[in-house]
Amino acid sequence: MVQSLDRSQGRAGAMPSSAPATATYTGNRALQLEEKLIFEMGQAGRCGVDLPEPPKVADRLGGLRRKGAIGLPGLSEPQVVQHYTRLSQKNYAIDMGVYPLGSCTMKHNPRLNEKIARLPGIGDIHPLQPMSTVQGALALIDELARWLKTLTGMPAVAMSPAAGAHGEMCGMMAIAAALAARGEAHRKTVLVPESAHGTNPATAAALGFAVKPIPATGDGRVDVAALKAALGPDVAAIMLTNPNTCGLFERDIRVVADAVHAAGAYFYCDGANYNAIVGRVRPGDLGIDCMHINLHKTFSTPHGGGGPGSGPVVLSERLAAYAPRPWVVRDAAGWRLVEEGDATDGAPFGRLKAFHGQMGMFTRALAYIMSHGADGLRQVAEDAVLNANYVMARLRTEMTPAFEGPCMHECLFDDSFLKDSGVSTLDFAKAMIDEGYHPMTMYFPLVVHGALLIEPTETQSKEEIDLFCDALLDLARRAKAGDSVEAFKAAPLHAPRRRLDETLAARKPILRWKPTNAAPGAPARQAAE
Amino acid sequence: MRYLPLTDADRREMLAAVGARSVDELFRDVPAAAILPGPIAELPPHQGELEVERAFQAYAAMNLSPASHPSFLGAGAYRHHVPSAVDHLIQRGEFLTSYTPYQPEITQGTLQYLFEFQTQVTMLTGMEVANASMYDGSTGTAEAVLMANRVTRRSKAILSGGLHPHYRAVVETTAKWQGFTAAAQPADPRAVEDLARLVDRETSCVVVQNPSFFGQVRDLAPLAKACQAAGALLIVVVTEVVSLGALTPPGEMGADIVVCEGQSLGVGLQFGGPYVGLFATKEKHLRQMPGRLVGETVDADGKRGFVLTLSTREQHIRREKATSNICTNSGLMALAFTIHLTLLGEAGLRRLAELNHAKAVELADRIAALPGVEVLNDTFFNEFTVRLPKPAAGVVEALARKGILAGVPVSRLIPDDPAVGDLLLVAVTETATELGMGPLIAGLKETL
Repeated sequence: MVQSLDRSQGRAGAMPSSAPATATYTGNRALQLEEKLIFEMGQAGRCGVDLPEPPKVADRLGGLRRKGAIGLPGLSEPQVVQHYTRLSQKNYAIDMGVYPLGSCTMKHNPRLNEKIARLPGIGDIHPLQPMSTVQGALALIDELARWLKTLTGMPAVAMSPAAGAHGEMCGMMAIAAALAARGEAHRKTVLVPESAHGTNPATAAALGFAVKPIPATGDGRVDVAALKAALGPDVAAIMLTNPNTCGLFERDIRVVADAVHAAGAYFYCDGANYNAIVGRVRPGDLGIDCMHINLHKTFSTPHGGGGPGSGPVVLSERLAAYAPRPWVVRDAAGWRLVEEGDATDGAPFGRLKAFHGQMGMFTRALAYIMSHGADGLRQVAEDAVLNANYVMARLRTEMTPAFEGPCMHECLFDDSFLKDSGVSTLDFAKAMIDEGYHPMTMYFPLVVHGALLIEPTETQSKEEIDLFCDALLDLARRAKAGDSVEAFKAAPLHAPRRRLDETLAARKPILRWKPTNAAPGAPARQAAE
Repeated sequence: MRYLPLTDADRREMLAAVGARSVDELFRDVPAAAILPGPIAELPPHQGELEVERAFQAYAAMNLSPASHPSFLGAGAYRHHVPSAVDHLIQRGEFLTSYTPYQPEITQGTLQYLFEFQTQVTMLTGMEVANASMYDGSTGTAEAVLMANRVTRRSKAILSGGLHPHYRAVVETTAKWQGFTAAAQPADPRAVEDLARLVDRETSCVVVQNPSFFGQVRDLAPLAKACQAAGALLIVVVTEVVSLGALTPPGEMGADIVVCEGQSLGVGLQFGGPYVGLFATKEKHLRQMPGRLVGETVDADGKRGFVLTLSTREQHIRREKATSNICTNSGLMALAFTIHLTLLGEAGLRRLAELNHAKAVELADRIAALPGVEVLNDTFFNEFTVRLPKPAAGVVEALARKGILAGVPVSRLIPDDPAVGDLLLVAVTETATELGMGPLIAGLKETL
């Protein structure tokens, strides 16, 4: 497993190297193990499963039997277990410590939720079983829907969106359907404040709306005057994130809602940050028309390295009739799924996904909700907000908050504390890796220069937060002292990999392994140009 | 409150550090009228682990699980045996509780397995490039149509009548609000569709499923040629990915985009989700491909490493100019898929596919021998369509009362067409044994 180190030619923007002087034969460093791709370790004749001999039959594949080899490697079960275990050890995770990615809400994932999601009667049921055989599953969805509606103070919920961005699509489709039903399909402008999530303008644009940005004021909120001035007979909706991406509550939200409604438009609220107010504030009381809820954020379903998510959308009375199919109803015979061709009520705009939604995520979210209860969820919001304000208070001696507080569940800094230090926001973040932390969100939101967005969440203890703050304060002091710029530029030194050449990856995309050029220890590099 | 570490003493100390007298002060930007005075009365308070576990056991007990009953359900979701190592490995906290790999130096685990996944997907489908997964097969299909519109700058999609009705509905929803047309052929299990005839200068793509919703397998090469000649793209949808262990891959038949539902490998039924969408295309269309991509590169020491790449196509940077609003993939399900496929390998996947097909052939012959029953397919992989002498939904309900999940009545997905009322979709995987097939045959005899 000797790792070839001579593949640096052509790399752009390489960092000054300070590789450890003591190289090992294997390339491993104690528990930090170099790992080949499965395609470089497989052998024909190995297999990780035992399957019986198929019964002898004449095939009915219509002459389309696969002729050539697929190319998949052959590995035994122990090899597979070792491979993926080694890979896992190259990952940071919330189970390892503070994961302060602002706007991503990385909180503890309870293992009870994993256990119940795997009960055969929940994890091993088919989406198209007779409804009489899945009454428990339908009751579970209905119960989660009841919690979501009650917590948000909204009369309806669409459960099927597969993720937050899919939920935005759902909500905006409902708005488009409602406008069409009103004969106002000509309303084609959507107002999106600058501090909105990047998905908001992308969603509106994907649905054919013209996106008009609304500037932020000096205190990090939407400019209400500019918003009012932009409202007109062409405006379909506003998409606002609240709490917003600066970690602040849009205190004029009622004024915004009234103005939007008076102009005949709808109010979409991006609910990605709902965890800051869950149980303390009902979005329905703020005058919104629809809002998606990222179950993985607010109700802690594990995000598994980038998904799955789940993004149910709560809807106001005005939009409820347009929710997509399917949905669950209860009548004398029990719970029933309303699918196509069963228009008991409403004017659904269609179907967003093959089946009923992310059931596995529903189960975990409901378990999290029931574990906390109405009292605990309120405490969730309070502790998330308290932790973020505490981080801001502790760090403000060395770092520069972008706005005055109080913040909600995340706190935002700009990079002015690094001014003239020679250390960039990126360097600062990479140095955190060597301290054993996942960096915060960087360069987002765009409204703040060199943004550093920190979200501790409610599941971090004060001890963990204090250590995290101490480490950041030390880094900030070192950066400002100016005597360790090179060390910041070289960071991380202790991670499984040092800084990776992202420019090369984009310029010469290699998106798959290829058998050509593959030799032991010198994995293939083939440009896919 | 076992998930909340702060003690009241901590909270007091932290409030003092913040300079607030109470936590209410931190919520002072919220309009006072919108603040709830206390926990919502209609909702119950917190419960211990034991109570919550019992509540979910009660939900589970109300369902009839294919894990403990004979099941022949398919129609886009298939029950296969998942090796124990798969679920064990995806539950490792370093995978399970990790986020999107924005910091590649400490997320090489996620990035490398997604790179392996992308490679496996290209191999299975016979295509050149694949992304790091989509939400599922149905949303992937809608994204494929959008991509075809971008590539061809045309806006009419032709959908085969053999496309899964839910997939068709998802594409139609997308079409309705994103300004293109989707012309669908009637769903007819015996139709020999001449889709090539429908392709004209406005056609951006033809979407065809193989095996079809009704189980039929067909050679798509002639259709691919016709599409190519007319400047349209051929999108091939595969809802049973195990079939690719036995069948000519869509890439070899000339597909431009291949979308698969990957649920069959590693993911499990889960009452419909989360699943995992596989998405592959030709290299020349790479920059129009939606979703997340992992690419190989080197680090500052010249060592091989992996990063998210080409994200400028996505919402992160281009905002209203993005090609899609997607901001996640189905990472954990892709991990389950890739581990299961790695365990199987070349030999295992081929054997598994053979086993599925052979068992399906066996059962199809036994069902065809029942009086008054007709198997409509002349080709199939592991699922076929049966015409019963009476409405299929009632038969399925009657058999469910005997603890047998006989299949999916076509009327469940196509309710407004009386011609499909007596059709039953029967799927057979390696999990079907004589203990399941015997009772199904006996049950059908009794019920018909």
